[in-house]
Amino acid sequence: MTAFYTYFLSLPFAAAIEPHLPILQVVVPLLCAPICVLLRDAKLSWLWATIVTWIAFFIALVLLGKVLASGLIIYELGSWPAPWGIEYRIDAANALVLVIITAIGAITLPYAKASVEKEVSEPRIYLFYLMYMLCLTGLIGITTTADAFNLFVFLEISSLSSYVLISLGGNRRALTASYRYLIMGTLGATFYIIGVGLMYMMTGSLNMADLATLLPAVDHTRTVLAAFAFVVVGLGLKLAMFPLHTWLPNAYAFAPSAVTVFLASTATKVAIYALLRLVFTVFGGTDLFTGTDISLMLIIVALVGMFAGAFVAIFQNDVKRMLAYSSVSQVGYMVLGIGMASAAGLTGGIVHLFNHAVMKGAAFMAVGAMFYVVGSVRLNDLAGIGKRMPVTTAVFLVAGLSLIGTPVTVGFISKWQLVQASLALGWWYVAAGILLSSLLAIVYVWRVVEVAYLKAPPEGAAGRNEAPLSMLVPMIVLAAATIWFGIDGDTTLRIAGEAANALMGPASGGKP
Amino acid sequence: MTGLLAGWAPGDALVLALVIPVIGAFLVLALGRWENARDGASLLTAACLFYVVAQFYPIVAAGGRPDIVLFDMVPGLSIRLTLEPLGMIFAGIASFLWIVTTLYAIGYMRGHHEENQTRFFFFFAIAIASAIGVALAGNMLTLFVFYEVLSVSTFPLVAHHGTEEAKRSGRIYLGILLSTSIGFLLFGMIWTWQIAGTLDFVRGGVFNAEQAQGPMIAVLLALYAFGIGKAALMPFHRWLPAAMVAPTPVSALLHAVAVVKAGVFSVLKVVVYIFGIDLLKLAPGTDFLLYVAAFTIIAASIVAMRQDNLKLRLAYSTVSQLSYIVLGAMLASDIAALGSAMHIVMHAFGKITLFFCAGAIIVFAHKTDISDMKGLGHRMPVTFFCFFLASMSLIGLPPMGGMWSKWYIALGAAETHQLVFVAVLMVSSLLNLAYLMPVVLYGFFGKESIQSEEGADNDHDDHEHHHAPPNHPLLRHMTFGREGISDASFMCLLPIVLTATGCVLLFFYADRIRIFLTPVFGG
Repeated sequence: MTAFYTYFLSLPFAAAIEPHLPILQVVVPLLCAPICVLLRDAKLSWLWATIVTWIAFFIALVLLGKVLASGLIIYELGSWPAPWGIEYRIDAANALVLVIITAIGAITLPYAKASVEKEVSEPRIYLFYLMYMLCLTGLIGITTTADAFNLFVFLEISSLSSYVLISLGGNRRALTASYRYLIMGTLGATFYIIGVGLMYMMTGSLNMADLATLLPAVDHTRTVLAAFAFVVVGLGLKLAMFPLHTWLPNAYAFAPSAVTVFLASTATKVAIYALLRLVFTVFGGTDLFTGTDISLMLIIVALVGMFAGAFVAIFQNDVKRMLAYSSVSQVGYMVLGIGMASAAGLTGGIVHLFNHAVMKGAAFMAVGAMFYVVGSVRLNDLAGIGKRMPVTTAVFLVAGLSLIGTPVTVGFISKWQLVQASLALGWWYVAAGILLSSLLAIVYVWRVVEVAYLKAPPEGAAGRNEAPLSMLVPMIVLAAATIWFGIDGDTTLRIAGEAANALMGPASGGKP
Repeated sequence: MTGLLAGWAPGDALVLALVIPVIGAFLVLALGRWENARDGASLLTAACLFYVVAQFYPIVAAGGRPDIVLFDMVPGLSIRLTLEPLGMIFAGIASFLWIVTTLYAIGYMRGHHEENQTRFFFFFAIAIASAIGVALAGNMLTLFVFYEVLSVSTFPLVAHHGTEEAKRSGRIYLGILLSTSIGFLLFGMIWTWQIAGTLDFVRGGVFNAEQAQGPMIAVLLALYAFGIGKAALMPFHRWLPAAMVAPTPVSALLHAVAVVKAGVFSVLKVVVYIFGIDLLKLAPGTDFLLYVAAFTIIAASIVAMRQDNLKLRLAYSTVSQLSYIVLGAMLASDIAALGSAMHIVMHAFGKITLFFCAGAIIVFAHKTDISDMKGLGHRMPVTFFCFFLASMSLIGLPPMGGMWSKWYIALGAAETHQLVFVAVLMVSSLLNLAYLMPVVLYGFFGKESIQSEEGADNDHDDHEHHHAPPNHPLLRHMTFGREGISDASFMCLLPIVLTATGCVLLFFYADRIRIFLTPVFGG
């Protein structure tokens, strides 16, 4: 990573651009998105979106390299000093999240081309890519900003564009799914802004670092406690924390395949990042999280979600919905890491953020490709798919093994870290919960595997019939990453560890 | 290193041993279209692997411990290969018996007209690679990784036929193996890592005497013993009979040697190098595992007696025999643990022979039930004689290798004054006699009823009706030029005779194994 940063500095004009990278990360996709309206053409706007997201990915890599080399980056918008101006701060935690979302965004686009052409009507395709870039902008903005209100703005940008993206799904039920998400998402955002308003009332500041220093003085007031609760619930809605997850299964199941891949791997992750940032940076100086029962509540909610999500997933016949419920379960692992409020637990949560993005991306891509070829992803229609689409099914198998948490896949690394973290706290029952819930994953993954490999293909199904190469290559890349980072978990765990340290920081009230 | 590997660092050669079967697997895949070339590749790979493994023998015997750290998987924990005497023995038998089984498998799969043979040989090679990985593992994490790969890569072999029954069995197989390993073994491992701060295999164990006082050691040991589901300790043994739905070469090499031995080998490794035999003597509450193992020995033997299907009977016999090894390991005595290590070898040779014979009977006489095998010994004398020899070894009678391992385990039980386990071993020998000898007796002395003979012929005709008979001389019935004899083909008989001879030779060379293992268990 650091080597990549030094490479970037050797490029022409790098020195002039380099200080402004944090803002360019946001502004490039934001300003490039409307150009799609001028282009109007499906292919051209796809090409444009691809170029832009890959540039964003490149910037994210440089930023991560810079953070790892020289630590925190602070960027003041319009050179207005904080706390009056808006400030962007990039440390190991959000640099990692930036890489995750831009990488998934970049790798999804080559995949999206064929899939979107099939699932979205031609005249609307340019709108699809427009919204895609706006959504990416929103997610990047949430991640980079160090201003609590600015975060709300980006939250709305990403939410509104994702409502549109979901509603573009071929099935008419995509509309109701999107509408439901709109209602729930708006509720979440409203809760969040109420929380921010209450904080502003007590401190007169919106800058996160500033809030972190001001809040401890007033942390005994009921207003601040209410603010904290509003923020946690609001973001909990966006990240699909267990009882607040009801928007997710339908939204994922009926959205166009490419959107499902993108949102499943990024949107909830960014919301989790926002929760991390608020809990550990903004409220880090107070003992509201560990002092009250909120951390305990998160752990209970996470454990229930892990089991409930996996359990419901077992009974799904639509593989896309099955994976969606599996996401509810997997989000539980990340929330669990937050709830532990220890450096090791956070590391586990953050590394799972990355790992889950990779494996769920691969899984949804595989399922999307099956949808592309077969036209349905109900279990009955996937009989013998392992013979008809060997590569796609193999990718699904790798992702599925990772969901279970078998070694040599990223899922194992996450589980290892989380179990270790809970045992370090002496919570053996939490450790047992983590392992037992992954046993449920065996059941839902293996239902698909059996149908795919051990059932004979239906009569009349053509022989080998793979998805186009443009869809295969991205999913192979993600499957390879699932294995690569499953073997070399050291790298990701170290970066996640740095991210956890950056979040816990010296001002944090969490246990070391 | 010596021989063709001259110039190789021993550590690199360890990696080579791991990579060879993987290369072989992809070679099989690439040559899938040409049957002979594909099977030739399998055989060649097996031979290369055994050659490489054999090159390590003098090094390890001389006290060398080839070692290589590959990379860190999680901070502070690496994937590491280390070869020590126990691993050498396991790698040695797995790679040697792979050659023999490949020979047999070619004869069996072609004789039985199995489908998807390329897939079969591919996953077979991957499974062997993981078994070798288990043998070479230098710490618990590495062992766990290969252990899990072994579980997953053998699933397609178990569910090979794709029938409803195969699917159900595959579910039980993977379900039990994955859930025990993730639910218990991984848990115990991470707990160990928390307490001891290391997962390396250290002679004498990784815990200090203070940690050994509490009940924790007993809980941890139970997590390991049940978590290593491949050791088939009751009540987590159901996967092994379920796996019998697989083609016989799989049952023979994987479910009599590679997979189950990976299980008991792991138990032995954990006892010797994670807990340490001396610590086990001190730790309170570990006794109950001895009773679990003893119960498994007896109960599985009794269940075996009630099975009419020969493969199922052998499977339950394996469950019982595996618990000998667990029992020996848990007795907290060096001699018993030595007996356990030896039993890995003895049982491997004995049980693989029995399975080879069972497979030969399926392919060449189309019989699966023992009650149908009356008088079959006259038609297949070599097969049945080898079955007899291997049975003797399993029962523990001289002059067969199986005697020594049982002897040492019983000696260990006596040494630690736990005579009840000596009694268990003796009773179980009688039970072994009771469920293995009837097969031989039926075969040689049973009256072949005319009806069943006709039935068999009809069956045979049906068979030939559907498939052209294999016309290669190596794949045809062997008659030895005598009327009334139609034994298995040369390709099947050769492996049977080889492993049965092995059972006899092991009686005479058992002491070599004991001396080889001296650095582990003392003199």
